Amino acid sequence: MRAGATVRVARTTAASRAGAGGAALVVAGLSALPLTGDAGLMRAIVEFITLLVLAQMWNLLAGYAGLVSIGQQAYIGLGGYALIVLADDCGVNPFLAVPLAGVVAAGFALPTAALVFRFRDAYFAVGTWAVAEVYRLLVANTDALGRGTGRTLKAVFPLARETRELVTYAIAVAVGVAAVVAVYLYLRSRLGLGLMAVRDSEPASASLGVDVFRTKLAVYVVAAFGTGTTGALLYLNLLRISPDAAFSINWTAYTIFIVVIGGLGTLEGPIVGALVFFLLRRLLADYGAWYMILLGTLAVLVMMRYPQGLWGLVAERWDLHFFPVQRRVQR
Amino acid sequence: MWVDTVVQGVLLGGLYALFATGLSLIFGVMRLVNLAHGDFSILAAFIAVVVVQTLELNPLMTLVLVVPIMAAIGYGLQRLALNRLLGRGILPAVLVTFGLSIVIQNGLLETFSADSRRLNAGGIETASVALGGGLAVGAFPLLTFAVAVLLLVGLQLLIGRSAIGRAFRAASDDGVTARLMGVDPDRLYGLAMALSLAIVAVAGIFLGIRTTFTFSSGPDRLLFAFEAVIIGGLGSLWGTLAGGVILGVAQTAGARLSPGWGVLTGHLVFLAVLLLRPSGLFAKSRRVD
Amino acid sequence: MTLLSVRDLSAFYGDFQALFGVSLDVSEGQTVAVIGANGAGKTTFLRALAGALPVPHGAVEFAGRPVGGRPAHVLVELGIVLVPEGRKIFPSLSVRENLQMGAYRRRAGPWTLDRVYRLFPILGERRDQPGTNLSGGEQQMLAIGRGLMANPRLLLVDEISLGLAPVVVKHLYEVLGTVSTEGMTLLVVEQDVSQVLAVAQRVYCFRKGMVALEGVPARLTRGQISAAYFGA
Repeated sequence: MRAGATVRVARTTAASRAGAGGAALVVAGLSALPLTGDAGLMRAIVEFITLLVLAQMWNLLAGYAGLVSIGQQAYIGLGGYALIVLADDCGVNPFLAVPLAGVVAAGFALPTAALVFRFRDAYFAVGTWAVAEVYRLLVANTDALGRGTGRTLKAVFPLARETRELVTYAIAVAVGVAAVVAVYLYLRSRLGLGLMAVRDSEPASASLGVDVFRTKLAVYVVAAFGTGTTGALLYLNLLRISPDAAFSINWTAYTIFIVVIGGLGTLEGPIVGALVFFLLRRLLADYGAWYMILLGTLAVLVMMRYPQGLWGLVAERWDLHFFPVQRRVQR
Repeated sequence: MWVDTVVQGVLLGGLYALFATGLSLIFGVMRLVNLAHGDFSILAAFIAVVVVQTLELNPLMTLVLVVPIMAAIGYGLQRLALNRLLGRGILPAVLVTFGLSIVIQNGLLETFSADSRRLNAGGIETASVALGGGLAVGAFPLLTFAVAVLLLVGLQLLIGRSAIGRAFRAASDDGVTARLMGVDPDRLYGLAMALSLAIVAVAGIFLGIRTTFTFSSGPDRLLFAFEAVIIGGLGSLWGTLAGGVILGVAQTAGARLSPGWGVLTGHLVFLAVLLLRPSGLFAKSRRVD
Repeated sequence: MTLLSVRDLSAFYGDFQALFGVSLDVSEGQTVAVIGANGAGKTTFLRALAGALPVPHGAVEFAGRPVGGRPAHVLVELGIVLVPEGRKIFPSLSVRENLQMGAYRRRAGPWTLDRVYRLFPILGERRDQPGTNLSGGEQQMLAIGRGLMANPRLLLVDEISLGLAPVVVKHLYEVLGTVSTEGMTLLVVEQDVSQVLAVAQRVYCFRKGMVALEGVPARLTRGQISAAYFGA
């Protein structure tokens, strides 16, 4: 570098501008979709968005905060049950209850964190799972929540089917876009920088003034909010909830596979992973357990040989970042 | 009547200690938590089912075949796959063993369907032994507990007196310096995993005789094993037995109070220990890794 | 006979280069000293020889065969044994068990538990105590004893004087002198120059990852050594 040469620190690149444009197009397309009246496609997109948001939240925790949780299903269950309690028992508008259920889930995240943050690494992971099991068993033993058989969301019965599906779709798109945008903005902010510093080295970041505990707690609670909202959305769609289904570790299995295959620690990764997961599921729907065997083996192989995931490989090869979180030095 | 419950819990604790021992062994030696640990025990139980069907043996006899098979699987798995993950932080190991857990469960589902199974040991499951003072316990739980204690004694001797045992302890203290002593880490970790799966195979078969099991029974076993290790504390085999016993008693006592509360009570006791004494009740060191 | 031959060895910690083309020879039965200030690359050098760092295959020859890049446990099998910096006694093992770990590969040779106890009687007295219960000097004896238990052909000794009182260090070097007289080949890294020069037949002075001076201790002046050590 010649002395006196000017240097620019930039955030956007051609790729990221293209990415932003592309994202805008996708959102516009999604918004226009209801006009086609294709209920099947709308339902599929709701499903996809559910998986995507769960993956983004898990990625935020594990890929950026270094918190590997295998107990996020706790918040799916809590969000789902909160939806039903709020809508059926408390008379809250069921659509409004979706984000409120997320708040309830976030509320449970605080005492949970007080407990599980005592662990590190693999023991943290199993600890989060143990807590999820506790929630599941408590719900399964509570009469008011329908015990083992569960409950049905009745508050939406007065509505016409098309209306319910349309509003559910709208909420799903809103949640999906909000989640991706929020995570993106957060990671680009000062707070996000602090978070990534914590992930890379806790002692170093602490010595620079980052409040490690507060940072991790904040991320954990926010992820619980996102996961809980998604759980509520899920059961707004499915209408029937039971403890074994809502608190199932399969949710974590799906999320982990999506993030690992797509690419941990990037924003684009979960999107790619969710697409792969979703398409594979449709293709292999008739093959039962082979689907999960394939997915699991794929995740194991990817983790062992290509830990950056599919998107990571692409990004490295072609230096492509649609949602860039880092700054670059340009001359 | 409560004495009866406590005794049942203690004997159940023996089984849990068997599950827990393999887990804490590999964590001690190589800082690896195998999330597929429980699923391997169920795999062993299903292999026993096949052996019983083809060779018409008593399930307890199948140990002679199943234990070496599982040990070989453990050695191979460690050397071919898991050794590469060590030293890369915990995330790869957690994710890979988690993926393995899902693959094993679904593989068992495909091969054996979702039907629940049980290993028929020809009557010993229902026999009872009178201990005097009007107290009677199941013969099989008593046998399980005895086997657990025997295995723990054997393991204690191995770790305390043999060259391999010294190598395990040295590697657990300081893996780098252990290499300077001439320890081949790939081989040593392979042996540790082989031993871990051999023990968990015994646990799986005893479980399968005691109660019904399905392809998805694995994760609960892992959780109970983990809880037993945490309650007892790391670094002590007898602590692990104590942890298993406490968990067993908590579960049976809770089930006594209300049928749905057995497992839940165990979880709550575990969380209480975690809250009040995170390093465990009988830990050798105060670390919580 | 040349037992160890190092040619143009460079070593890296990631992108950071710690050794720049070091060359060195050790003859069988010789005691060679490597001196230098902190950060000069002495420990890195020993660690590279012991298999703890990546090394090009031909850069190190032992008994005529290239051994660069071999993992530590293979080198121990061949007879290259390191007494590591900082002692690194295993806390979970007793004194006796620490010594037994040294003999893990069961190489044939004269060193047994009894012989080590005769060399260091205090270890015999404390044989059943946890290894880390010993004082600093005793732990250093344990570390040296552990290295001898491997029946090495080449014993690499890393900074035994660190944190120890001069009288203890003097005793340790007397023991090393005895071991050397019995025929052991030693490569000793040391910051305490006077102690090590008393036992060494050849000395290399490292500075900034390179050999700044080499020669026979008796024929080098204080001034020459000082200049090489600190940089003139």
